[in-house]
Amino acid sequence: MPTTMRINGKAFQSSSAPNARLLDVLRNECDLKGTKEGCGEGECGACAVLVNGKLVNSCLIPLGQMEQAEITTVEGLPEDSALARAFVQCGATQCGICTPGMMLAATALLAEHANPTLEEIRWGLSGNLCRCTGYGRIYAAIAQAAGGSADV
Amino acid sequence: MSEWTRPRHLPEALELLAAAPGQYRVISGGTDLMVESHLAPERHPEFWLDISGLRELQGLQITEEGIRIGAATSLEVIRRHAEVVTHWPMLAASAAVTGAPPIQNRATLGGNVCNASPAADNAPVLLAYGARLEIAHHHGSRWLPYMDFHQGYRKTALQAGELLSALWIPYPPKHSRGYFRKVGTRAAQAIAKVSIAALIEEDSGGMIQGARFGMASVAATPCTLPSVSQYLLGRALRDIADAQVRQRVGQDIAPIQDIRSTTAYRLEIASRLVLEAIHGRSESKKED
Ligand SMILES: Cc1cc2nc3c(=O)[nH]c(=O)nc-3n(C[C@H](O)[C@H](O)[C@H](O)COP(=O)(O)OP(=O)(O)OC[C@H]3O[C@@H](n4cnc5c(N)ncnc54)[C@H](O)[C@@H]3O)c2cc1C
Ligand code: FES
Ligand code: FES
Repeated sequence: MPTTMRINGKAFQSSSAPNARLLDVLRNECDLKGTKEGCGEGECGACAVLVNGKLVNSCLIPLGQMEQAEITTVEGLPEDSALARAFVQCGATQCGICTPGMMLAATALLAEHANPTLEEIRWGLSGNLCRCTGYGRIYAAIAQAAGGSADV
Repeated sequence: MSEWTRPRHLPEALELLAAAPGQYRVISGGTDLMVESHLAPERHPEFWLDISGLRELQGLQITEEGIRIGAATSLEVIRRHAEVVTHWPMLAASAAVTGAPPIQNRATLGGNVCNASPAADNAPVLLAYGARLEIAHHHGSRWLPYMDFHQGYRKTALQAGELLSALWIPYPPKHSRGYFRKVGTRAAQAIAKVSIAALIEEDSGGMIQGARFGMASVAATPCTLPSVSQYLLGRALRDIADAQVRQRVGQDIAPIQDIRSTTAYRLEIASRLVLEAIHGRSESKKED
């Protein structure tokens, strides 16, 4: 039986096996390559997406559980936003592999805490690994996007 | 092609399990199973029973004696629940250190227990609080003290056709204090080297009336510390000999050497944590 969901606001039906990973459906069926595979084991957050507004790792989600779910990938975020501009301005991106997951983690965080403390930023991003930036610039970008100070 | 079934009600799920014993692989939040099936694709089961839609397994309810937590309730819902934060702060704390937010949004308390890892982070707290399990079968439910659930390395008391439906946790006794710590390599998302929870009850004269411990990563299963508890009973804090406690910790646990730690390290850390718990240098919030 096909699985019906909404991806970035559009209805989508997948006929992949119910135990297929949401990550593979997004990348291979929907051609949404912004969702990355890092570890494939839930550790790195490169594959993070929002499901019904909650941050999850798509490598750990079987398609069978996505019936009627509302899914947001990095492609579903506005192209120009305070968050995107802050990432650029603060140098929060280097190789870029972690960036989509970081943006989604930041989106989930800001939806809950419009003005997060550094502690809340750290917590909100604690499931996302970055091998390049050392995190400081990413935290700064999120603080800036929230309208706070950039010198974290 | 694998088959996926996602019933809405518990009796329906139990009927399926009873009709085809051993056929279905039960999946809840999938945070353990998806890793396992990804790493060992040849072990992909054909029949999946998805319990994430079962109403009876969702949510928390306050009861006269304590709280009932549906087995498929996510750790995120649990750690934010106001009553849990107030009355069972150690559970809010253990849920908050189980992986990171994207894991907690999916991982369930029942899954943590049923996966039966010796390092399960919520196990010590459930042992210290004296949790009881509600186990459902097509023919009816049964109760089991959680301390009798783990029967050997990754072996549980669940029988074919059974599902863990809920965890019941009693209110901690008045005048008890809790202690919870997870010792890992880093704050987020690390498998514990050792973790411990304790619930210690003293009378007004400072005499220990009850002491329950739960530990993880110190034996083949999460475990209690029966001989430590027995030694403490009826003693005042000032009469406790640390050397006696250490010796009993050594009797109660059987730590292993693995990639995360050595046996000697685990034994030393376990002893220090137990002593810290007893002497009330409490790290988690006080119960009253
Ligand atoms: C990146 C990452 C980090 C993690 N960090 C931690 C950590 O810090 N501490 C920790 O303890 N764990 C950790 N885990 C492990 C895992 O997230 C937890 O054990 C989680 O609670 C499992 O719950 P689940 O609902 O996802 O289980 P599932 O994967 O759905 O199921 C796990 C097992 O339990 C069985 N099962 C589940 N529910 C029931 C039920 N109601 N009745 C009968 N059987 C059932 C399943 O059949 C399966 O065998 C981590 C996992 C990942 C991927
Ligand atoms: S690829 Fe999913 S968490 Fe790393
Ligand atoms: S920018 Fe390279 S991993 Fe984060």
